[in-house]
Amino acid sequence: MARATKSAAKKPAAKSKKSASKKSNDASPEELIEFYRKMLLIRRFEEKAGQLYGMGLIGGFCHLYIGQEAVVVGMKAASKAHDTVITSYRDHGHMIAYDMDPKGVMAELTGRRGGYSKGKGGSMHMFSREKNFFGGHGIVGAQMPLGTGLAFAHKYKNDGGVNHAYCGDGAINQGQIYEAFNMASLWKLPVVYVIENNKYGMGTSIERASAVTDLYKRGDSFGIPGKQVNGMDVVEVRAAAEEANDWCRSGKGPFILEMKTYRYRGHSMSDPAKYRSKEEVAKVRKETDPIDMLRDRIFSEKISDEAALKEIDKQVKVVVTAAAEFAQQSQEPDPSELFTDVYATA
Amino acid sequence: MSIQVLMPALSPTMTEGTIAKWLKQVGDPIESGDVICEIETDKATMEVEAVDEGVLGKILVEEGTEGVLVNQPIAVILEEGEDASAADAVSAAPVPAREAPVEPTAVSSPEVSSAPTQPAEAPDPEYTGARVNQTIREALRDAMAEEMRTDERVFLMGEEVAQYQGAYKVSQGLLDEFGDKRVIDTPITEHGFAGLGVGAAFGGLKPIVEFMTFNFAVQALDQIINSAAKTRYMSGGQMSAPMVFRGPNGAAARVGAQHSQCYAAWYAHVPGLKVVAPWSGEDAKGLLKAAIRDENPVVVLENEMLYGQSFDVPSDPDFVVPIGKAKIERAGIDVTITAYSISVGLALQAAEQLAKEGIEAEVINLRSVRPLDTATIVSSVQKTNRLVNVEESWPTCGIGAEISARIMEEAFDYLDAPVKRVSCEDVPMPYAANLEALALPKPPQIVEAVKAVCYR
Repeated sequence: MARATKSAAKKPAAKSKKSASKKSNDASPEELIEFYRKMLLIRRFEEKAGQLYGMGLIGGFCHLYIGQEAVVVGMKAASKAHDTVITSYRDHGHMIAYDMDPKGVMAELTGRRGGYSKGKGGSMHMFSREKNFFGGHGIVGAQMPLGTGLAFAHKYKNDGGVNHAYCGDGAINQGQIYEAFNMASLWKLPVVYVIENNKYGMGTSIERASAVTDLYKRGDSFGIPGKQVNGMDVVEVRAAAEEANDWCRSGKGPFILEMKTYRYRGHSMSDPAKYRSKEEVAKVRKETDPIDMLRDRIFSEKISDEAALKEIDKQVKVVVTAAAEFAQQSQEPDPSELFTDVYATA
Repeated sequence: MSIQVLMPALSPTMTEGTIAKWLKQVGDPIESGDVICEIETDKATMEVEAVDEGVLGKILVEEGTEGVLVNQPIAVILEEGEDASAADAVSAAPVPAREAPVEPTAVSSPEVSSAPTQPAEAPDPEYTGARVNQTIREALRDAMAEEMRTDERVFLMGEEVAQYQGAYKVSQGLLDEFGDKRVIDTPITEHGFAGLGVGAAFGGLKPIVEFMTFNFAVQALDQIINSAAKTRYMSGGQMSAPMVFRGPNGAAARVGAQHSQCYAAWYAHVPGLKVVAPWSGEDAKGLLKAAIRDENPVVVLENEMLYGQSFDVPSDPDFVVPIGKAKIERAGIDVTITAYSISVGLALQAAEQLAKEGIEAEVINLRSVRPLDTATIVSSVQKTNRLVNVEESWPTCGIGAEISARIMEEAFDYLDAPVKRVSCEDVPMPYAANLEALALPKPPQIVEAVKAVCYR
């Protein structure tokens, strides 16, 4: 524990770009291009979701992931097919990163039968058995014990899998997370707790909510190593994820990754975001946008050119447009669906 | 092709707003994510971000305009190389976002239906196999052991279940037989281990989560309801939590208000959960086995006062009690008494007393409180025309209240008297021996209630 805390303390987010570990330089040109494509897909998807919300096609709550794309794309790049993942209600980006079909995600947002939950879950409650994506949970923090249970199942079945359990900096003050930390460490469960620190739990800044704001230290009392990561740098995220996964897979128990990130949009669509200045948002967008930073790297390392990235932009647009069209054309659920899926049949 | 920017809805309830300020002017280049204008609603000022790229071709609604309807075009963005004249073709009439919602076709719930309930099916053939005399705690232990022998996915977790052999010795011997991989002592952390159990069920295991008492499970209520009960529905049937939450429920003896409460009605309220409350050894073993085999989350409400009572319990490992079916423990023609858990014993005692006075009571052991076997109750009431419910729960919104409503809905014409409820008094459980005794239902009150509905 002391070891991990020290190593993390040595490498705060601001410096980490330069002192990125060896692995972070390992990304191949193909990987970088794929990261770019996926992050852009998430961003365009979320922008489209915001637009459909504005048109009244998406109801209720809708929490957009714009700005945080590097976190899930980097984490997914380090995971294996039989690993499991679980997150909170800001989940569209996770589903797309973990290769769920944008059409099914968007159709769930519009509440149609073509959605992942047949229109019965909505933005906050989507699942894919096929992709080992276990939701999509609306109760702040509750997904962390659940993810710990998925890790328990990995260990029980001895299948070599790791669970990635995501929560935000707001959720991290929920008591049940520490109950989960304790059991995960006690029983050496293979779970990576990914704390997406976007600086605000709804409208309350982390400084106003947390007595100790270095969230990677939250496992100290339980002997869980933690690491602070520049969550705007997809390659650094991937490297940290690999380190954490290796730790878990070798039977050493859980690992905490604090991803320093930022959400550009409000907490949900109806958030006027008065708790932070426009300048603050603009500065992050201008200086540390995960997609722009990767694009710069792709250009500076001459991996690709403007025209080739434009082509990717176009392809992404096609995918998102198709998802939006599908989400509007798919029918509402049949009324008979009201009473299905409450209990197992037979 | 030019793109219309529509007045967005920024909350689920917004229908119109004011264009407060344009931050981009005609001719300005627009990138995806740029804030193009600010709008005001009665609640807040919000920024409108562009989703598309191009040049602002035309502003259709000047700043300061109030009452701009959602989905009304407010500006036009021209795509690369497009002429400004393309913007002129656009009118400022609102675009209907979608067709008016179609009134959903009414469908009736399979559970709560206004149609008369079908007559109860013929009762299951009575078990005729071997029986062994054992206590409820032994019956529960055997139920778990038998299921753990046949299904590798089943494991038991909870406080003191392993090395201590169970706080009430229900898990005696299980650690020895199954080892610490499958019989797991947890820290004192109900919310945490309940959630962990639900996650393990998502992951393909079949956890039995023991609560030392259901009073402590209140800390875990969120995971039981929001995670275990609702996930099958929320996931469109893709995932679920096939698992058991079990432990003693209801009043023990002289342990005060925080340790003496019946939670049957709490869990019975929740679609997605099944809830059983065994009374006899047959119930305890058969219902717990059925609960472990069930593909749904099942809450098994045991009773500490019954743990030491002995019954003749079926010893065939294939014996299970179907969830959702009540058992007629005593046949009678004059009045129906429904009860669950420890109250079944009280009802049977009352029935003996009543028989001496010439009243033959039919005692129905509900066994399950969700699903509730309404058909068996209705068919009994059709015969007896009178109903008394007995439970150790508080009366308000209790199982008795539910049964009373269902009988009104489904057998009103058969009733010769209003339904009566016998329950715990509507107070937190007192500690003093005399007050505790006054708070709990007892046979004389049942006798009195029966006489009242029989007008005797």
